[in-house]
Amino acid sequence: MIKVLKAGFYSTIQDQGRFGYLSYGVPLSGAMDAYSSQFANALVGNAKNAGIIEMTMTGVDLLFLKATTIAITGANMRPKLNGKPVVMFKSIIVNVNDMLTFGKLTNGFRTYLAVKGGVLSEMVLGSRSMLKGITDNFRIQKGDYLEMSNASNVIIPKNAKLKFDNLYLDEDTLEVMKGPEFDKLTTYQQNMLVSSTFQVSKYNNRMAYQLEPLVHNDLESILTSPVLPGTVQLTPSGQLIVLMRDCQTTGGYPRVLQLTEKSINILSQKTTGNYLNIRLND
Amino acid sequence: MSFQLRYSQYNERSILIEWPADINENILQDVLVFKEVIENNYPKQSVEVISSYSSILVICIIAIDNVNDRILDLKKLYSIQRDVKKTNSKTFRIPVCYDEEFAMDLDDFSKVKNLSKDTVVRLHSETIYTVYFIGFLPGFLYLGGLNSTLHLDRKITPNLKVKKGAVGIGGQQTGIYPQDSPGGWHIIGNSPIDLFNPKQHPPCFIKAGDHIKFDPISKSEYQNIKSEVNNLNFDFKTLELHD
Repeated sequence: MIKVLKAGFYSTIQDQGRFGYLSYGVPLSGAMDAYSSQFANALVGNAKNAGIIEMTMTGVDLLFLKATTIAITGANMRPKLNGKPVVMFKSIIVNVNDMLTFGKLTNGFRTYLAVKGGVLSEMVLGSRSMLKGITDNFRIQKGDYLEMSNASNVIIPKNAKLKFDNLYLDEDTLEVMKGPEFDKLTTYQQNMLVSSTFQVSKYNNRMAYQLEPLVHNDLESILTSPVLPGTVQLTPSGQLIVLMRDCQTTGGYPRVLQLTEKSINILSQKTTGNYLNIRLND
Repeated sequence: MSFQLRYSQYNERSILIEWPADINENILQDVLVFKEVIENNYPKQSVEVISSYSSILVICIIAIDNVNDRILDLKKLYSIQRDVKKTNSKTFRIPVCYDEEFAMDLDDFSKVKNLSKDTVVRLHSETIYTVYFIGFLPGFLYLGGLNSTLHLDRKITPNLKVKKGAVGIGGQQTGIYPQDSPGGWHIIGNSPIDLFNPKQHPPCFIKAGDHIKFDPISKSEYQNIKSEVNNLNFDFKTLELHD
């Protein structure tokens, strides 16, 4: 078990999401930055879908009540074990009563912590990903006890062969495809979308990221249609909304662009005020 | 009936199939039959399909190697789907209490529409609605068939908290909020039924293609059903209407 001493700004347990329930209106969810979360799991020998802890902007403080192996990836929040800095992107042995803490965010926005065997939180509709209305707990709170696997703490081989592409944390170009309604935009609007610099607005969370500035728009709303994480909607007021992992399954705003999977991960590491370029893949 | 469909890549692992953009039951039937054909053709763990009024999105769990080949496969499936029988649809009775305790906007609504409250309730509850799809929130039914006399634009200022079970009218649509949520619809009643329960299988007992009819109930009936629902001993099968 792991005791949560401090919850951080917004921390949840995630896996790779909830499949098979979109027809009931259930969001996909899953780790915002799928790449970093899968890498963390790989470092401790877990399947990529094992439950991990996702931290946003500030980290959790944890007390380990059992020895295990952990790995930290994604944004750098200056992790410390018993007060001493520890490396990221490598597996770390943790002993009973060790305390893991985090400091100031120095790059990126979301950090992942994998524990050998995975965090064993409540499984609802085939997934541990926390979400209001689906799981009983929708975020990690101070005083929580997190269950972990009883798998023995086998020393795992040095994973020198796993190479993390941490350049992508500083990447500021989002690769996109044309959305279903892209062709309904004027050439001027299309050029503006793919050649301007945008900034992440303060409205950014696991459901959606809004971008600034507004894009002039006179497209009508569409018949409510399917959407996915990475779908970029353009509202009647000209607001660009990039849907993220916890987004709803259908929407009525024109879908002008679609982010690639890699670009969803890149955007997940961005926060209010960060600048972004959009590049159209043909 | 066969439609001219448009196939396009949506992202690395999804294909969008579009019918003419219209809300009607012929398109809905064709959408739902094709959805079922696709679901039956691929292993359940590898493909998932979302449907809406006039389009479906085919989502594969892993990236599609050759999108054009996959689109050809889907086109072939559509051309042979004629043999499939219509999807079997059910009709459910949804109890709704239109008492002023729940119907916070019924008074204003009936005044604006120049109808008596009883007329609003009668017009709202005599129709058999078609469930087009579920979206917006888990368990939120997109219903077709609202009597045009009851159409009214959404409120200018949305409510920050609409209660779970609230029955509302917004524009040409009516619906039930499956959980507490902000919303701009005119609230005219509340249903004690749990439309979505993540601990149940399936989590929603109604599916696209089914029909529902609202059934006016008293406050005491509301309380009875609500306590049965809360104690998990309400039998949803009793809501099914048979011809």
